[in-house]
Amino acid sequence: MGINYVYPDYEVIRNIDRCIACRVCERQCANEVHHYDKELGKMTADESKCVNCHRCVSLCPTRALKIVKTDHTFKPNANWTGETINEVYRQAGTGGVLLSSMGNPKNYPIYWDKILINASQVTNPPIDPLREPMETRTFLGKKPLDIKRNADGCFDTNLPPQLELSVPIMFSAMSLGSISYNAHKSLAVAAEKLGIFYNTGEGGLHEDFYQYGKNTIVQIASGRFGVHKGYLNTGAAFEIKMGQGAKPGIGGHLPGTKIVGDISRTRMIPEGADAISPAPHHDIYSIEDLRQLVFSLKEATDYKKPVIVKIAAVHNVAAIASGIARSGADIISIDGYRGGTGAAPTRIRDSVGIPIELALASVDERLRQEGIRGNVSIVVGGSIRNSADIVKAIALGADAVYIGTSALLALGCHLCRSCHDGKCNWGIATQRPDLVKRLNPEIGAERLVNLVHAWEHEIKEMLGGMGINSIEALKGNRLMLRGIGLNQKELEILGIKHAGE
Amino acid sequence: MYREGEVRIPSGCAISGIISRKGKNICGDLAVKSISIMHDRSNGLGGGFAGYGIYPQYKDFYALHIFYEGNSAREECERFLDRHFDVINLSKIPVRKTSKITNEPLIWRYFVTPLPTKLTDSQLEEKEFVSRSVIKINTLINGAYVFSSGKNMGVFKAVGFPEDVGEFYRLDEYEGYAWTAHGRYPTNTPGWWGGAHPFAMLDFSIVHNGEISSYDANRRFIEMFGYKCTLQTDTEVITYIFDYLVRKQGLSLKDASKVVSAPFWSKIDKLPQDEKEKLTYLRNVYSSLLITGPFSIILGFNGGLIALNDRLKLRSMVIGEKDDVVYISSEESAIRIIQPNLDKIWSPNGGEPVIITLEGGAV
Repeated sequence: MGINYVYPDYEVIRNIDRCIACRVCERQCANEVHHYDKELGKMTADESKCVNCHRCVSLCPTRALKIVKTDHTFKPNANWTGETINEVYRQAGTGGVLLSSMGNPKNYPIYWDKILINASQVTNPPIDPLREPMETRTFLGKKPLDIKRNADGCFDTNLPPQLELSVPIMFSAMSLGSISYNAHKSLAVAAEKLGIFYNTGEGGLHEDFYQYGKNTIVQIASGRFGVHKGYLNTGAAFEIKMGQGAKPGIGGHLPGTKIVGDISRTRMIPEGADAISPAPHHDIYSIEDLRQLVFSLKEATDYKKPVIVKIAAVHNVAAIASGIARSGADIISIDGYRGGTGAAPTRIRDSVGIPIELALASVDERLRQEGIRGNVSIVVGGSIRNSADIVKAIALGADAVYIGTSALLALGCHLCRSCHDGKCNWGIATQRPDLVKRLNPEIGAERLVNLVHAWEHEIKEMLGGMGINSIEALKGNRLMLRGIGLNQKELEILGIKHAGE
Repeated sequence: MYREGEVRIPSGCAISGIISRKGKNICGDLAVKSISIMHDRSNGLGGGFAGYGIYPQYKDFYALHIFYEGNSAREECERFLDRHFDVINLSKIPVRKTSKITNEPLIWRYFVTPLPTKLTDSQLEEKEFVSRSVIKINTLINGAYVFSSGKNMGVFKAVGFPEDVGEFYRLDEYEGYAWTAHGRYPTNTPGWWGGAHPFAMLDFSIVHNGEISSYDANRRFIEMFGYKCTLQTDTEVITYIFDYLVRKQGLSLKDASKVVSAPFWSKIDKLPQDEKEKLTYLRNVYSSLLITGPFSIILGFNGGLIALNDRLKLRSMVIGEKDDVVYISSEESAIRIIQPNLDKIWSPNGGEPVIITLEGGAV
């Protein structure tokens, strides 16, 4: 008979010489790890509840705390690791599906880190962004195949609807519900300040945030939570969510514990009800159905707003994207298997989907081969970790990127991957008012603005180094990239040469 | 060692151009003299010229200049030409043997017009039919390379210093209303004649000095529209971009220049509304045809020349005028050597196209 005991993953190390028993850690930990023992007159910890979010560590005034990975071990086994064994124990005990949060953490190749960027030497000059203009402005949307002229011979400058970005970075879809009101507000305010866009995710749009509509992409997912005419008319663009990189093939999950108050009202569902979106859109069973939804949305809003179709990066992503590019969509967003989530079945998060680098390269090349690259813009996410990833993504062929996890990190997330518990000590992935108020949206927005500005500076430095002074001239410019440690097939898919070639 | 087209070869260069606005005849040796003064800007691995108005007696026919690596390539290519074109005249291009130009391929010239039945069947415009035929020969017939295909114009190029190339092709025996010249300084030595400049498609020809940093973005975009960048050179892709924007999209040469060497957003944002709208439109629609990195080019076309610099002016280029004749060059010396008494001379700003057309229009 098995005993349902799993040794905790982490140990709370408390330096007794430093601890002053101020009990900050106890008050700060929503997981109730820390406890003050009155009889002993000192702090104790139940590490079995610890998710390693560093809230206590960060706020301990005497730096008395640290969290370490336990060295408790099973007999070492390359095949049956401790994690694998414990997961079997847990499932044998509960009969349940394993749940996880945030992106796939497994040790798969990270192609960004196997791609290197070029710089100019001798035959053409690097450009100095401190002294010369360096442009990061870009437009997303369908480009016409031919120009049109008015009767007087001037250009008819009416284009299909476009999104103008000051930098090719947007905040990716994270629903109100999966993250807090203050987190949403931080994203909205930052998007407005930066001249970019944030994305509502599938939880609707809180009425307080309608004022940020011109910097908001409103999402329409299979659950259609919070979708109504006011919502559609408020956003600058629509995103039809067909899939998500963290969990391709299934719909969104929001545990009932997070569906309280405004969340319930905004989603237009009862409090406490689990919000499990259907795996498919039940009005889209094929590409011709997608076309109808795209045009329904366009009809409803007078063809004034671009439609984004978001898909997860899966095996035949190039063919799917080609279909979408002919479906009337203006922008395709592709989410890689490292993309984050507030809750996903662990097995799906860790085993389904493909790397965004490969998906992007094959989609961009396929659309060009078919001569329809101009039909759509391509936005990629999951995961973009820094400015070099962005430069590489654009050189592979992306028009812009979505950042989700990086944005949450800027807000204070420590990637403990426990969002589904709803007890986020940083006030991000929680709806508990006492926790939500820990995130100050003004400071949150400022940190997001800082992050994007910092990356913008770095992008400009790298562009200048390549002798390029507009982000547009980097788009699809794969000669600026070289692979390192990649095999012939990987290079072929990425469409780049190996370093030294 | 890879040949041009199998590898991308950066080059530095010298360029010069000369045009008579009144369409008066200018002897080819003037272009040779101009470019030769900039000897040190080339390294003997490529030189060439384009002359406009040089074939008045055949001005209604496409003049195809073709390199062959052997007679079997020539026979195969001529069979192709016979199937698709009415060949009015064919001959070897006359050359003057010189010890400085060696390893020459077979160099032939054909004056042709598309066979009416073939043209009708293809459902293409005449120019598109000719350009596709040229691309077909260059990509499918091994050892044949069409390096000039316009009407009443011709390209002459070889591996060597430009002054020797001019001597070799006997350019002193040609006269035209405009000439461009090129001396090449490639960074390695493929030694293939097709890789020399000017690069031409129909009556567009380009001489270029620079190394564009946007190359692959431009190439991958333009290849969506039936072009194939077989040489992997800047000049080739810039020629295709102008062909696409002007011939296929119907842009004026000035607007096309504003696409490839676009004004900065910081400048556009301050313009009057209609101008701002127009330039924003062009930059948005043709964003992938923006060319960055250093370049100075002279684009020749039927009836004129355009001189254009990259928007930061990272390559030198000066323009001089004397009466109706306009001179363009990488260095002032190359103008002074053929015209010491200029009415004016100036250095155009980055991104500002200087367009010189014949007073009587195209010929």
